[in-house]
Amino acid sequence: MTSGGFPARLAALTRKEVRQMLRDRSNLIVGLALPLVLILLFGYGLSFDVTDARIAVVLEDSSPITLNAVAGLAGTDYLSPIWLQSMPEAEAMIRKGEADAILRVPAEFTAELAQGRGRLQLILNGVDSSTAQAIQGYATGAITNALQHLADRSDTRFAASGVTVVARTWFNEASSSTWFLVPGLIALVMTLIGAFLTSLLIAREWERGTLESLFVTPVRPLELVLSKLAPYLIIGAIDLVMCLLAARYLFEVPMRGSLWLVVLASLLYLLVSLALGLWISGTTRNQFAASQMALLLSFMPAMMLSGFVFDLRNVPLVIQIISQALPATHFMAVIKTLFLAGDYWPTILRGLAILTLYAALLIWATHRTLAKRLD
Amino acid sequence: MTGITITAKDLRKTFGTPGKDEAVALDGLSLTIREGELTALVGPDGAGKTTLMRLFAGLLKPQAGSLSVLGIDVLAHPQAVQDRISYMPQRFGLYEDLSVQENLDLYADLHGVPMEQRRERFARMLQMTDLARFTDRPAGKLSGGMKQKLGLACTLVRSPDLLLLDEPSVGVDPLSRRDLWAIVQQLVEDEGLSVIVSTAYLDEAERCAKVFVMDRGRLLAEGAPEALASRARGLTLTAASPPGLPARVLQARLMDARDLVIDAVPEAGNVRFIRQPGGDEAAMQALLGDIPVTPREAELEDAFMMMLHQQEGEAQAGAVIEPAPVALSAQDDKPVIVVRDLVRKFGDFTAVASTSFDVARGEIFGLLGPNGAGKTTTFRMLCGLLPATSGHLEVAGRDLRTARAAARGRIGYVAQKFALYGNLTVRENLEFFGGAYGLGGKALRTRIAETAAQFDLDLSAPSGSLPTGYKQRLAMATGLLHQPEILFLDEPTSGIDPLARRAFWRTITGLAGTGVTIVITTHFMEEAEYCDRIAIQDQGEMLVIGTPQAVRDEAGGGARTMNDAFIAIVEQHRARRDSGQVAA
Repeated sequence: MTSGGFPARLAALTRKEVRQMLRDRSNLIVGLALPLVLILLFGYGLSFDVTDARIAVVLEDSSPITLNAVAGLAGTDYLSPIWLQSMPEAEAMIRKGEADAILRVPAEFTAELAQGRGRLQLILNGVDSSTAQAIQGYATGAITNALQHLADRSDTRFAASGVTVVARTWFNEASSSTWFLVPGLIALVMTLIGAFLTSLLIAREWERGTLESLFVTPVRPLELVLSKLAPYLIIGAIDLVMCLLAARYLFEVPMRGSLWLVVLASLLYLLVSLALGLWISGTTRNQFAASQMALLLSFMPAMMLSGFVFDLRNVPLVIQIISQALPATHFMAVIKTLFLAGDYWPTILRGLAILTLYAALLIWATHRTLAKRLD
Repeated sequence: MTGITITAKDLRKTFGTPGKDEAVALDGLSLTIREGELTALVGPDGAGKTTLMRLFAGLLKPQAGSLSVLGIDVLAHPQAVQDRISYMPQRFGLYEDLSVQENLDLYADLHGVPMEQRRERFARMLQMTDLARFTDRPAGKLSGGMKQKLGLACTLVRSPDLLLLDEPSVGVDPLSRRDLWAIVQQLVEDEGLSVIVSTAYLDEAERCAKVFVMDRGRLLAEGAPEALASRARGLTLTAASPPGLPARVLQARLMDARDLVIDAVPEAGNVRFIRQPGGDEAAMQALLGDIPVTPREAELEDAFMMMLHQQEGEAQAGAVIEPAPVALSAQDDKPVIVVRDLVRKFGDFTAVASTSFDVARGEIFGLLGPNGAGKTTTFRMLCGLLPATSGHLEVAGRDLRTARAAARGRIGYVAQKFALYGNLTVRENLEFFGGAYGLGGKALRTRIAETAAQFDLDLSAPSGSLPTGYKQRLAMATGLLHQPEILFLDEPTSGIDPLARRAFWRTITGLAGTGVTIVITTHFMEEAEYCDRIAIQDQGEMLVIGTPQAVRDEAGGGARTMNDAFIAIVEQHRARRDSGQVAA
């Protein structure tokens, strides 16, 4: 017929999608409230840092030197020592879960130290291995520090007390897991918004029979895809702003790269997840199956396999290959680099190129699922 | 204009994988449809009507054959065809969360209707569909009939070169159905529009210039309605049911005499039937006795039933229920359902206003009414699925307000959408529903064997792949496992073709003969003729209760069919109410 064509139809379809989105309360809740919950949950609830770990200190030798050596344990936020006299008492505590570790100072410690071979026994509760490791780090650090102090006071007796390791952490000076988690959280929120919200869109139109009516109009498949992406791109952008504000003001994570690159990379990744959700929706044609698939194909892998939590270099080869196939992995690399390291171009350009490729591929694939055919 | 709209040659379309679960939808179909005419496609379920419509619309590709729509090869250029046609699928895709106006705007935008044309077109569509008052209402909050009219309006936001309507009147009440047809006919007359409509209603097909009769993917016949109807000429008769003999009993008697009678339906207290050509005269005499028989004009429906019966042979014969003893609690004359001043409100909205009636044992009681009349609400209250706001409700001697569970054990319920598990076998479904009603062990096994024999069901067949008619039998069988005194059926014949409906009613009349009370809702007004008594509801009010004859009398003269009577009664009531409102 006459007026309009592509822009008019796209505008009409987009208007329809926006109206539907605004009228569907549950969709808006998932789109806007859930990210907020995730930010707070992951920002405050999920942390690998250990504070006030209860360490039972058994002083079988209580010479001033010994007391000096272990005094450092009390001077840190990370540990809260419980002073005991006998080993069985400490063992009972660890069994009852009242202590996370035991530091035993043997009766002959002072004598041995004088000979340059002082030994302390540290027993850790390995049930929670990451907490155990953290405690080990804190405890040895505190003791080494204390002994170092003694040595500095030119008490040469202790000069030979062992090698002092001076450790330093780069990029995340505070070794704070919040710094590490919050940038990843942006990836997680973008994945959730993207895949989850859009996974229902095409399937719903199949189920309600609206697509059959739409097909027999001059509408082209690509117009359907684009009109479904647009409103959710805006919701995603709002979520991104929430994440960035939370990162800056709530969790005080530094941003060493440029803000514009962070926004650009995030929106590009958002587009990838939106398109992934739409593709799942168009392929399954069933809302229930689509939302399950979206969870399994996007959110779970993004959480487990993208390097959000686990270091990817330590996983088996198969998992590494899978994780490299995930867009989330590449975005995770870009966003962490941008936040904590700065504008390191090779990583960023590589990541952006891969994401662009994914976006194009998924939009093309989705448009194929909307070929105007019912069989 | 003597142009050709559609030329189809040897169309073949199958679904599924060949050799495994292949289903043939169209089997070498060829036809030519002329321009500027109203054309009907009729046929039973599975005839391939919807598949053919979708092929016309370029939504499916056939495995073989050629198809030209508006002179365009639709297989090669579907979009070119889609730019010029309008198509209304069986379930029109309205966006339920968008308002009436927004739905119209969307389709106008997509079709690129210019603004100046749009104003005039919308005004006309809203006026014709009587939706002008509801432009701000979300489409999801419209009644079924209004939704269908809005679907038609959205389809017609522009003037297409060809309009395809796939069963536009399924599940739509007689008033809305009449309105829909008025719109379509006006467009054909005013704009010379080419319209192809598929339908299960033969009175609708009768209004078309040309009718194509399809069955199992093939064309059985084509021609003008009168030409087709003449095939049954000389065979069509009416038997006057003598006083005291319900028309449905006579109808059942005639239906069962397959050698002599092709088809029989009750109408206006009499029975219309079609003789077998060359049937034995003496046997016919014996069958009818001294019941007076008069010849009548052959109609399209007669020819249609004739053709289908010839095709189907004996395969689709109804399950004839042999009167089996039913465990009835008390064989007295007390009514099994007593309703007094029943009211149901949803917030401010009164769905059912003060309603009273009784249903006697062994009666077939029909609840009729337009969409949104309160039928379903009344029905759900009777089944104990929905508590009443006020009033007295007694079912099978139990007060539903105090002894709901006890009452439920005495009733069977068949929902509109058969609530069966498609991936379980017939036996597994029966076992499950029997278990749900508290049957078990030997009693359950016996009942399953009995009902399966009664309804001619194959116990090992997977339920999902049963033909529609058999799915419905299974649904009824599950409702009857626990030998209820009352069977509730909610629109059991919606979307079912005439042949299957005949078989269904034969089963129902048989059941009623065994003493089971039947309460049924339906959109097919002619089916009211099978009922002992019917009630017509509109907007929550009970307008009339009585025998079909009494209801026709109430409607006044000129109401030959139940359809006419229904429309007359509802309109009289609405006119009275509107004038009452003006006076007040």
